[in-house]
Amino acid sequence: MNLARLMRRLKPGKGAVIAVPFFWLLLFFLVPFFIVLKISFAEQDLAIPPFTSLLQVEDGVLQSLTLYFGNFHFIFTDGLYAATYLSSLKVAFFTTVMCLLLGYPIAYAIARADPARRNVLLMLVMLPFWTSFLLRVYAWMGLLNETGLINNFLLSIGLISEPLHLFHNDFSLYLVMVYAYLPFMILPLFSHLVKMDMRLLEAAADLGAGPIKAFLTITLPLSKNGIIAGSMMVFIPAVGEFVIPELVGGTDTLMIGKVLWNEFFDNNNWPMASAVAIIMVLMLIVPIALLHRYETRELEGKGNA
Amino acid sequence: MHNKLSPFLKGVLVVGFLFLYIPIVSLIVYSFNESKLVTVWGGFSTKWYASLFANEQIMAAVKLSIEIALASALAAVVLGTIAGFVLARFKRFPGSTLFAGMMTAPMVMPEVITGLSMLLLFISMQQLVGVPSERGFITIWVGHTTLCMAYVAVVVRSRLLEIDQSLEDAAMDLGARPLKIFFVITLPLVSQAIASGFLLSVTLSLDDLVTTAFLSGPGSTTLPQVIFSKVRLGLNPEINALASITVLVVGVVVLLANYLMLNAQRNRDKAIAAAMRESGAHS
Repeated sequence: MNLARLMRRLKPGKGAVIAVPFFWLLLFFLVPFFIVLKISFAEQDLAIPPFTSLLQVEDGVLQSLTLYFGNFHFIFTDGLYAATYLSSLKVAFFTTVMCLLLGYPIAYAIARADPARRNVLLMLVMLPFWTSFLLRVYAWMGLLNETGLINNFLLSIGLISEPLHLFHNDFSLYLVMVYAYLPFMILPLFSHLVKMDMRLLEAAADLGAGPIKAFLTITLPLSKNGIIAGSMMVFIPAVGEFVIPELVGGTDTLMIGKVLWNEFFDNNNWPMASAVAIIMVLMLIVPIALLHRYETRELEGKGNA
Repeated sequence: MHNKLSPFLKGVLVVGFLFLYIPIVSLIVYSFNESKLVTVWGGFSTKWYASLFANEQIMAAVKLSIEIALASALAAVVLGTIAGFVLARFKRFPGSTLFAGMMTAPMVMPEVITGLSMLLLFISMQQLVGVPSERGFITIWVGHTTLCMAYVAVVVRSRLLEIDQSLEDAAMDLGARPLKIFFVITLPLVSQAIASGFLLSVTLSLDDLVTTAFLSGPGSTTLPQVIFSKVRLGLNPEINALASITVLVVGVVVLLANYLMLNAQRNRDKAIAAAMRESGAHS
């Protein structure tokens, strides 16, 4: 992109308005990725900062460029990394599916509710989202523990005689993942479903379609963009989730966000953490592009009828 | 037109809301537990609230987190409003696709990635230009601002796409300069969106753990970092008390904001209707 030409093509005032947020994002969001890419080709070193420099410069002259492929080689040959990436994708995928199965009927019910009550219902969905994510995860620790409230309750009514293992396993991981990400699914679905022209359903009913057929042939296709947007809003951050697997997941739960965190904070291996991040970004580019496309389409009003 | 909800949909709502709220309610109930064992009821007590307020580490973290949240939300509102305006009104310009992409990505990008990448940027900047000299308030502020401005931009953009552009066009026809139009016409029309964007930014910043962990230095420990280090070791009654206060504050603020906005909306609708009647009577 030629910057000078860009500026000439814009009116000066307009250019200045665009430039402020543009350069902020360029500097603090996009450029950092290239630095991560660069450092992923460095080697861990006992120095401050703890990695080797790729470029050897003496007297302002570039002497040599050393690219170290060891991090990527290790990721690709060590089976544990591959297993962790796959496991993260699996967890994110099933979290997304469960959020969709649970979130769709909720979004549908709110969209079809009396308009006066709709705002209240929507706010009730939003309220947990506004309260701290960390504290909501913590709340489940008190419920799922061996001596937690669910076990206490079931023991006291005599339904079980020994505490159930609800905590630090896949069950608690998925439960809390779905709990935390559910609002991100409900909101885009709701905004699509609420805009739907109800006369279409009436017409379908007049023409003899049953409610299930009308749902499958009209409502579901019309909410497709909402489904894609909501799913991506859940899937993308879920792949790299750190807090939930750390606090409620099992010790054997493999999540790439946890690996990146440990490489960085525990092993102090910044180049490895960078290589892990680069591969994660590559995996997420397609979902992000999908989200972006459907979001733009939705805002420009092309997508939905 | 809007029929009553079928029993199935009503059931869905009940189950959905129970799922969303049972953990939060249990958190609050057990914050009044006398016993140190959080999940074993030992009688009613408010002692954990007293010990929470006496905990200097937590109180210092609360103070720092609030300062960062207000500073980030302010910056995010300025940058995000401009960005939202650019996205809604300029639409196509060289680099617009990149710009729109950079607005979407921070909202969904896993935070371990954004946190790491920003940290490495600051380290490189320090090596090259010597700024920032250390990690702390400023680096966290930049991180939170970048995260929050995307949310503000989305809220402002969708509001701008909703409202009628003819007001701005009319002002333009009457000879107002673009900057004046922005401040006199556009900005008041999106003031609600900006207010929600501000609130959203404050809560996002107050709540952020992962990005902050990468960007904070010694001596700049925020509230989520303290909470995280405590709950990692298990349940903690002081955290229950803290959570209850958070829920109360958030609940009151959100309800109040919602009420004020609905009221403002109603007044505006009334004013528009009155203006329409007036102009109808004159023509």
